[in-house]
Amino acid sequence: MSAPATAPEAPVTATPPDGRVTRRADRFGLRDLASEAAAGIDARPGRLFLTILGTVLGIASVVVTIGLAQTAAGQIARRFDAVAATQAMASPSTTRGADGNARATAPLPWDADVRAERLAGVEAAGLVAAVDVGGVAVTAVPVNDPSAPATTSATVLAASGDLLDAVRGEVVTGRFFDSGHDARADRVVVLGSRAAERLGVSRVDRQPSVFIGDRSYTVIGVVDGMQRRTDLRDAVVLPLGTARADFGLPAPEELHLRIAVGAGPVVGEQVPVALSPNSPETVSMQVPGGGGGVRDDVQADISTIFLALGGVALLIGGLGIANVTLLSVMERVGEIGLRRALGARRRDIAAQFMLESATVGLLGGMVGAALGVAAVVVVSAAQSWTPILHLGVVLASAAGGGVIGLLAGIYPAVKAASVEPIAALRGGV
Amino acid sequence: MTLPFPEPATDHDAALAVLDVPPPVVELRDVARVFPGDPPVHALHASDLRVERGDYLSIVGPSGSGKSTLLHLLGLLDRPTSGEYLLDGEPTSQASEARRTALRGGRIGFVFQQFHLLPHRSVLDNVLLATLYSGVPRAERRARALAALERVHLGHRLRFLPTTLSGGERQRVAVARAVVASPGVLLADEPTGNLDTHNSAEVLDLFDELHGDGLTLVVITHDDVVSDRAHRRVRIADGRLTELA
Repeated sequence: MSAPATAPEAPVTATPPDGRVTRRADRFGLRDLASEAAAGIDARPGRLFLTILGTVLGIASVVVTIGLAQTAAGQIARRFDAVAATQAMASPSTTRGADGNARATAPLPWDADVRAERLAGVEAAGLVAAVDVGGVAVTAVPVNDPSAPATTSATVLAASGDLLDAVRGEVVTGRFFDSGHDARADRVVVLGSRAAERLGVSRVDRQPSVFIGDRSYTVIGVVDGMQRRTDLRDAVVLPLGTARADFGLPAPEELHLRIAVGAGPVVGEQVPVALSPNSPETVSMQVPGGGGGVRDDVQADISTIFLALGGVALLIGGLGIANVTLLSVMERVGEIGLRRALGARRRDIAAQFMLESATVGLLGGMVGAALGVAAVVVVSAAQSWTPILHLGVVLASAAGGGVIGLLAGIYPAVKAASVEPIAALRGGV
Repeated sequence: MTLPFPEPATDHDAALAVLDVPPPVVELRDVARVFPGDPPVHALHASDLRVERGDYLSIVGPSGSGKSTLLHLLGLLDRPTSGEYLLDGEPTSQASEARRTALRGGRIGFVFQQFHLLPHRSVLDNVLLATLYSGVPRAERRARALAALERVHLGHRLRFLPTTLSGGERQRVAVARAVVASPGVLLADEPTGNLDTHNSAEVLDLFDELHGDGLTLVVITHDDVVSDRAHRRVRIADGRLTELA
């Protein structure tokens, strides 16, 4: 190429003279755009650091927020799971009668607990029913004192032998009754812890008695716990058989089940059939959902608050990028003018600044996402939690940085594209 | 560029075309530029100017005489208010902005007083910049940039940053950038305005060499030393052009 300046067949002149632009070989393609944008970013590493700082913090805080929310929700859900996800209850469906009161459509069978326990996933089952004692008082000593103030009577419940296990109760002293007591209709009771306190029973080794009306019942144990039926703590509990014999209990009211984790949906389907094969619809079930509704709710609560904070941080990050890019446009007016004089179109200039801005944002997003993941892991390690963070969230956050950069670049890019080469070339670079 | 000629071409042009005579590189026909205002400013009165292939033309004039206006018109950085500007025979006054941009990138090489080199890019990158927008095939870019730098005697400075070069060297880089895309005309705006005598001479010697190679040069200056090197001199004063003998 001895005299390129005089070569009349320069590539651009391949365009026909009618002004119609045809094939423009290799004119500022994507590769050129990318390398020019990269060079523009590369020119000021110190400034790049400051520019991405806002986005880094914003993205990091979003990732940390979501990550910690998911992690914490995982912890909460695990705790809730211990009780909620393993408890289920069956009761007779109710229908509204002519008098407007709800009444059971069909009673639960007396052997409902035995039937339910045969199902896979059911670990313990116990029946319970309220006993109508006809208004008589429950007392430790039968005293007929007409002048005594009326006291609230302890609730009297009837239960099957396995109820304690099914509702996670524990025996404080003595024992719970078993199927033998039930079958024989023995006059024994177990007291809830608070009921025992009120009745003045603290030990059972001397076989204390309580009186329901005039009948005496031997106290064989005191129970506590029972997180799902805390009313049991205030109750005097009879074996079902005893309640039937002495008080004419018509039918058990509720079947409490302790189930394996995750067995809820299956148990909910099978128990009604087991209890009432001909009309399973007469049994209504309360079972924990399979996916853990609790977790989703908690997660939503926590995430909303912190995501708002992360959003604010991101807004600031975006404004930071816009600001610095705009500053960069102002500084590079000479360069823009030069590029225009060298044949760059407005859209070439705009594309370059948009890409620079988006790249800076993406860079910030990736650094921020990485920092966020690290922070979630460190916090989780410190708290001995299992860090939970969807990979998709991390990738989306990093990409989100790019989107923010792109949005932040719009205004500076428009400004850059509107630079007039004449004015720009007057100033120096 | 030869056949065919566009619409505004006259019979004279058609005749030339038949004879296969190349059109002038630059041809101004009654080109005027008026800036609106009260009263309107006639930066350039209706003027004619022809720059033939291989010409070395200088445009001299004091500040405010319309030099910059003329430069911008010649460089397709501004449109005339009236008249027609033909670049390599192609009318440009009414051409689309995209077409003018393409012509600017492909047919005109700029050299500025302020050099306008990108400070963070190497000498080679600065020259390559001009190939990006002018449609030089990618495979040829590097070879052409190297050749252009060799031509301005800076083949040993490829990896240097412009900030480490002398003023004369910087301007030579700018010249290499201006010629790398094989333009029809090199448009220099006060090319020695920021240079001392020694560096000025260096750049002007380079211009002589390029002219010797057949390049068409238009140098706009207020400096008689610079304009004296040109073969043709045009004076601009109060927006009017006069060719000096």
